[in-house]
Amino acid sequence: MGKILLLTRREVVSYFVSPIAYVAMALYLVISGLIFGLFDFHSGAPAAMRSIFDVMMIILMFVVPIVAMRTLSEERRSGTLETLLTAPVTDVQVVAAKFLGTWLFYLAMLAPTLVYVVLLGAFGRPDYGPIASGYLGLVLLGALYVAVGVFASSLTSNQVIAAVVGFVILIMLALLGPWISTILPSDWHGIPWRGIVQQASAKSHYTDFSQGVVDATHVVYFLALALYALFLTVKVLESRRWR
Amino acid sequence: MAAMIEVEALSKWYGRTLALDRATFGVEKGQIVGFLGPNGAGKSTTLRILTGYLPATSGRASVAGHDVLLESLAVRSHVGYMPENVPLYGEMRVQEYLRFRAGLKDVPSARRRAAVERVIERCWLKDVRRRLIGQLSKGFRQRVGLAEALVADPPVLILDEPTIGLDPAQIQETRRLIRSLGGQHTVLLSSHILPEVERTCSHLVIIAAGRIAAAGSVEDLRTGLAQRHRIILEVRSTSAADGPAEMARALGQAAGVASVQREDAGDGWTRLIIFPAAGSDPREALFGVVAQRGWPLREMRWQVPTLEELYVEITAGEAAATAAKGAA
Repeated sequence: MGKILLLTRREVVSYFVSPIAYVAMALYLVISGLIFGLFDFHSGAPAAMRSIFDVMMIILMFVVPIVAMRTLSEERRSGTLETLLTAPVTDVQVVAAKFLGTWLFYLAMLAPTLVYVVLLGAFGRPDYGPIASGYLGLVLLGALYVAVGVFASSLTSNQVIAAVVGFVILIMLALLGPWISTILPSDWHGIPWRGIVQQASAKSHYTDFSQGVVDATHVVYFLALALYALFLTVKVLESRRWR
Repeated sequence: MAAMIEVEALSKWYGRTLALDRATFGVEKGQIVGFLGPNGAGKSTTLRILTGYLPATSGRASVAGHDVLLESLAVRSHVGYMPENVPLYGEMRVQEYLRFRAGLKDVPSARRRAAVERVIERCWLKDVRRRLIGQLSKGFRQRVGLAEALVADPPVLILDEPTIGLDPAQIQETRRLIRSLGGQHTVLLSSHILPEVERTCSHLVIIAAGRIAAAGSVEDLRTGLAQRHRIILEVRSTSAADGPAEMARALGQAAGVASVQREDAGDGWTRLIIFPAAGSDPREALFGVVAQRGWPLREMRWQVPTLEELYVEITAGEAAATAAKGAA
């Protein structure tokens, strides 16, 4: 545990000295600020953050892979992966720290959006319940996105490829429900394909949070999928042993 | 003396390429061993296996009594490793990086500051301790790498090409530092330049094309080479009957001579290379033959091959073997 903290600390510090992280953070805040201003924050609109929460799912699909792309691919490219993995630390500790470091940076990126809550509170009387559950949804969604980003980063020494692979996986996860499921048969040989694909989609699990519903199924979905992505990342690191 | 590094019949395949072919050698406690071989001979592969970064395809290896595959973490906490080209985090400061690595290597937090202080002193990093690693010159980066390997005071140090890319003054300093580590630390360092390791190391392991070609102390290797001495004679014939062939035949029959090679030295002189039988010194007998025939003699020289020649011979033999393999 001590080593995970040490590695996580290094990870977080390295984010705050890396220009690309600030660029991604600025991009995220500008776009989400615009969306908030246009759709949620004008007179007559309900004092809620539903549309911004829904749109954030899409913005983060692009921003998080850019933030996470350097985690392992940069180590691989510069050769520091060799010094890291020949130190007395396990592959699991390394991956856990990469995830935690990036996730903490993600949370730091999310923090300035709390200003929206303050603004809504100043000019209206918002219902704080759905806002709190929406943020819980974002925190969980971020865990999944970051885990996928770290996984994509473990596959290659090229950061651009890592980011693109990250987008593609996240887009697949998001599109699975609303689009792909419509072309699938609802029942074929006794197996409910459409229902299965809808359940696998990130969107169908995410939207409930912004509506104020906290369902344990959704929480389990995000945590389990994030853990699975991290498990695959550990396997990719271990694959140097048998490749 | 206990063996700190033991390598037994270690082989490594990269796909269909054999990088390491049943390599066997040992390093005893306190020795400084040079791991010598041309580029691509399998040096880095061996070192990566020893540090647990890569597994071997077959064979076994142990460091400080721990198997590199089964007890990888124990091995890693006993080894300070400096990979080739010294990968470092450019965005960290020297002191900050060394503290971080000391923590990773289980130096208790109470002793971390002192440990870092010690290696900063030892590797002449005082002036750059607050500089960003990314802005340092190659020589300083190399020193940071060495300091990092030393920071947890490990019993075994594995250094991959520690002096490559340094200027002559830095090479001298690094050599002196490595020599001062002998005794308390066991050091295995790789290089492709013989004079480099000859001056730093007490023992050599020579590897070529994935095979261990020679291993032993520098003294033993030299003594072994002395057994392969030869005598060079330059003689001119005075009559047509005594051609170079006749000279070689006559000298070949002298007592204590195993074989003779001849080559033309120009102006009617013939150079004869005499390989003595094991343990014999045929110089007097050779002189007898030359004096009896009345051949003018302008040189008789006793030649012991140098380590350099042995190394060139090994690497040239390997080059010839690869060429033959390519042709086949």
